[in-house]
Amino acid sequence: MKSKEIPTAALVLGVNVTDHDLTFRSLSEVLQNNITPYIAFLEAKDCPGVKKLMQKLMGQLMNCSVDLDSSEDEDYVQVSHNRIRCSMTSLINWYESVTKKTDSETSSKKRTSSSRHWQSPPVVVVFKDMESFSTKVLQDFIVISSQHIRELPLVLIFGIATSPMIIHSLLPHSVSSLLCIELFQSLSCKDHLSTIIDKLLLRASFPFKLGEKVLQVLINIFLYHDFSVQNFVKGFQLCIVEHFCSQPVSVLCCQLVDAKKRADSLSHDQCENIRKLPSFQRYVESQVSENQIALLTEDTYLKEITQKLLEDLHVYHENYLSVLRCFHVFTSFLPKYPLGKQIRELHCACLENQVWETEEYESSLQLARMLNKSDLVTMLQQCVEIFVSSSGKEFDNTVEKLKEFLTQFQKLEAEAFQEQDVSVSSQKELQKKTDLYHLQKTLLELKESRRSKKLTKFEMLRFEVVDYIDSLVRNYLVPANHKTLHEIVYFNTASVLREHLNAAPRIALHTALNNPYRYLKNQELKSDEGSISNKAPDICIVYKLHLECGRLINLVDWLEAFSTVVMATEGPNADAASSDQVDDIIHARFIRAVSELELLGFIKPSKQKTDHVARLTWGGC
Amino acid sequence: MPNLEHPAYPAATLLHLESLVPCRESQVSMLLSIFGERQQFSFPSIFIYGHTSSGKTYVMQTLLKTLQLPHVFVNCVEYFTSRLLLEEILMQLQNCSSETEQTSQVHCDTFNDFVRLFKQAVVSEEFEDQTLYIVLDRAEQLREMEANILPAFLRLQELTDRNVTVILLSEIVWELFRPNIGCFEPFTLYFPDYSIGHLQKILSQNHHPKYSVDFYAAYINILLGVFYMVCRDLKELQHLAALNFSKYCEPVVRGEANERDTRKLWKNIEPHLKKAMHTVYLREISSSQWERLQRDDGEPGQLKGLSAHTHVELPYYSKFLLIAAYLASYNPVRTDKRFFLKHHGKIRKTNFMKKHEKTSNHLLGPKPFPLDRLLAILYSIVDNRVAPTANIFSQITSLVTLQLLSMVGHNDQLDGPRYKCTVSLDFIRAIARTVNFDIIKYLYDFL
Repeated sequence: MKSKEIPTAALVLGVNVTDHDLTFRSLSEVLQNNITPYIAFLEAKDCPGVKKLMQKLMGQLMNCSVDLDSSEDEDYVQVSHNRIRCSMTSLINWYESVTKKTDSETSSKKRTSSSRHWQSPPVVVVFKDMESFSTKVLQDFIVISSQHIRELPLVLIFGIATSPMIIHSLLPHSVSSLLCIELFQSLSCKDHLSTIIDKLLLRASFPFKLGEKVLQVLINIFLYHDFSVQNFVKGFQLCIVEHFCSQPVSVLCCQLVDAKKRADSLSHDQCENIRKLPSFQRYVESQVSENQIALLTEDTYLKEITQKLLEDLHVYHENYLSVLRCFHVFTSFLPKYPLGKQIRELHCACLENQVWETEEYESSLQLARMLNKSDLVTMLQQCVEIFVSSSGKEFDNTVEKLKEFLTQFQKLEAEAFQEQDVSVSSQKELQKKTDLYHLQKTLLELKESRRSKKLTKFEMLRFEVVDYIDSLVRNYLVPANHKTLHEIVYFNTASVLREHLNAAPRIALHTALNNPYRYLKNQELKSDEGSISNKAPDICIVYKLHLECGRLINLVDWLEAFSTVVMATEGPNADAASSDQVDDIIHARFIRAVSELELLGFIKPSKQKTDHVARLTWGGC
Repeated sequence: MPNLEHPAYPAATLLHLESLVPCRESQVSMLLSIFGERQQFSFPSIFIYGHTSSGKTYVMQTLLKTLQLPHVFVNCVEYFTSRLLLEEILMQLQNCSSETEQTSQVHCDTFNDFVRLFKQAVVSEEFEDQTLYIVLDRAEQLREMEANILPAFLRLQELTDRNVTVILLSEIVWELFRPNIGCFEPFTLYFPDYSIGHLQKILSQNHHPKYSVDFYAAYINILLGVFYMVCRDLKELQHLAALNFSKYCEPVVRGEANERDTRKLWKNIEPHLKKAMHTVYLREISSSQWERLQRDDGEPGQLKGLSAHTHVELPYYSKFLLIAAYLASYNPVRTDKRFFLKHHGKIRKTNFMKKHEKTSNHLLGPKPFPLDRLLAILYSIVDNRVAPTANIFSQITSLVTLQLLSMVGHNDQLDGPRYKCTVSLDFIRAIARTVNFDIIKYLYDFL
């Protein structure tokens, strides 16, 4: 390493900027525990110039020295804060004084606390959002600090959201030659999502579950909009809150043991709530009539059944997850992944409806019937592992069955050698024939024999395996909404979630202005589409009128139209008197409404024509 | 070779100085004759310019140090405001004038204060009979400070009435410094670039003690043969020489070749140096990584450089937003109808174009476009319906913070913001490929 080079880590973190804070926080924790107490985080918005950057940097570093030391040094820090000279020299002086102090401390009293840091711990400066920093600030800072790298052991960390190319575009060669850059790439945010889904959703230990639509909304927001793991988690938290607030029977959404206890102590009202559940009603209908009556009238019986159903549901979940993982292993071997590559896609498909009725399922079974042996064997082995490690009790038979398949495959291997010889000999025969006629004949014969030939043992076995998997899927991957009492643990109101997480302000604004009844709920405002009611608030009238205009709106015409609409109530006789003179009050109302529209961002004053305003939106009626 | 001669200084010191500043003897002797004897007043200000690493700073520093002239050396990049700069000069003055008293904090906000404090500082007898030199490195920064700083430094001798000379070091010519209102013209001195012979001589000086001078010189020769075309920066060359020398020695160490076996050594090192030119010289991989590679004898191909990671993962709609922004930036507005309406009718390119549109839009660079156009294009290129949700708008903003789009003009957000797409064609094609969108079909330039 060149003597003046500053060790630099280029940290490629991906475009999910909202998650970076978490990464940086844990990074700083690790650094603080193991390497150095001196860490400063810089953000581009705080650093418009080198001066501001130095101020920020020194402020953070000197504060962190306060944290380290006891309160007796406070006066010293305050003094230095007052007349802080934001230059590298003062930073170096500070560093020297701090390291000297800790040195003397170690010799005198607490050896343990500072021994986890190095002798002269480096000062780590983290540029959180490299892209947004101005080149000049970065260049100057790097040039300055490279001059003092011996006195002040700096280490830079660049937080990069896009690609490390940005370093070359931000820093000229003369500056980047002062750095010793090593690249670190964080995991893709999709991997993080998979982990979260795996650890949070595909676990039987958490009683709360997401319904298909809700999960789809969350995943869509993630994949289509922000890639933010944090937002995903927040969305999930919102689901929990929403579920426990809106669903009365969610009181039973807890661990099985507790749920049974709670079911026992349900009040009459709560029992009624259970009876109202659609899935429960379906269940009641499927029962014999005495049972139906008992379920609908006797609370104690209902509680008993509820406990049983809850247990069923629990068992269903345990089985579901194991079989889902197994099935995912199975589909991930297929070419082109007809049911999706990720387990989340498979999970959604299974939640949505009976997966075995879909076309994709059909095609994936077709493909599975063409898998080669080594894939099948590895797949079966992985499935065995999953089932062995799963908590479900019903899988002993399944494991045995799968193991039996595996031994059969091994047997086949021995037999395969013999068959090979046969096929080789027939091919040799083929090569002998040189006569065209004979060749054609043999080829036809071969084809004939192949068509009529029975399936080989391997193929038979393969069919068996696929059929067995199919039966597993049909048994265990029943969609959750077919299960009785699924409403207790599944949160299904996707619309609420969408409203909260993926709001559409433009549409909401348009609806409010175009159809004020939607929000104001005043009967007078109820009107058919298109017509403009004069009862509506002024801004609504103005808005509707402006929808009919082009890009530039003549204010005088607009005012006239407005006054016509407003005056419509007063009847034709009142209208006649002031037809050519607009009432002052109406004028004032109009001006207010227009300026409100301007504030909302629909129009702006135009420079092209003074008495016109320009529309900032397009579309409308 | 002009031997340095000056009556004021002992010959031994001058000889030592000469050995320290190879290939800069003429400049040094010129400086010495301007400086004159210690107590003599020198030219008030000297402006030294020359290309990067032509030895300006080094020569000044060694000259002042070896001759033990009183001086203050300040880097103007480091002291980025005038106040910091002036205070730093005063602090250094205090330091070199008095060992006795502790340096106290000086406050100096204006140049007027500076002159006053400077006079006070220089009063001590050490400076009385000697010229004080103030060297301002990277002097081009002075232009960005207050307007009076540069002219005042140039006539500091006159303003303070003390024996002081200000030396400005810069990479740019004096003409770019001269203020509009005129100022005292400094004596300008040019440091020419080192020639290849100079470089060879200087680089060969710091040879490895274990090997002979000729062996190292041969190595430098090979190194220059590879790198001289792309890099004449002495510092960089020194760095590269140090990095790759161990590789050069390898055959000798292993006993496969002796030190005279230049051809063999050349065969061994040349491909290695070429690789270095593409990787470590461009800072694609860091020097420590390069050293590690050498130690492990690995191929640099295993290690991907910074530029290899061009792939940027974006959310689905961000990709389309970026594509839409690219189309909006590089297509003329009138062609939108043709690309995005279903029944646009046939428009021939030749008739359709205005004269100025005949030049490729890609050569002219991206043009700004309003937000509404971006959204309109977005809606027409995405297959399914996109609701104009808050997320879409925040995605546009985050694309701006990622520097993939840039906002044109700092207008109010409500006032119809305008953007530009700043990504390259290759980048956008890679993005478009991931969403199966044939962007070339939609670009007017490729029609």
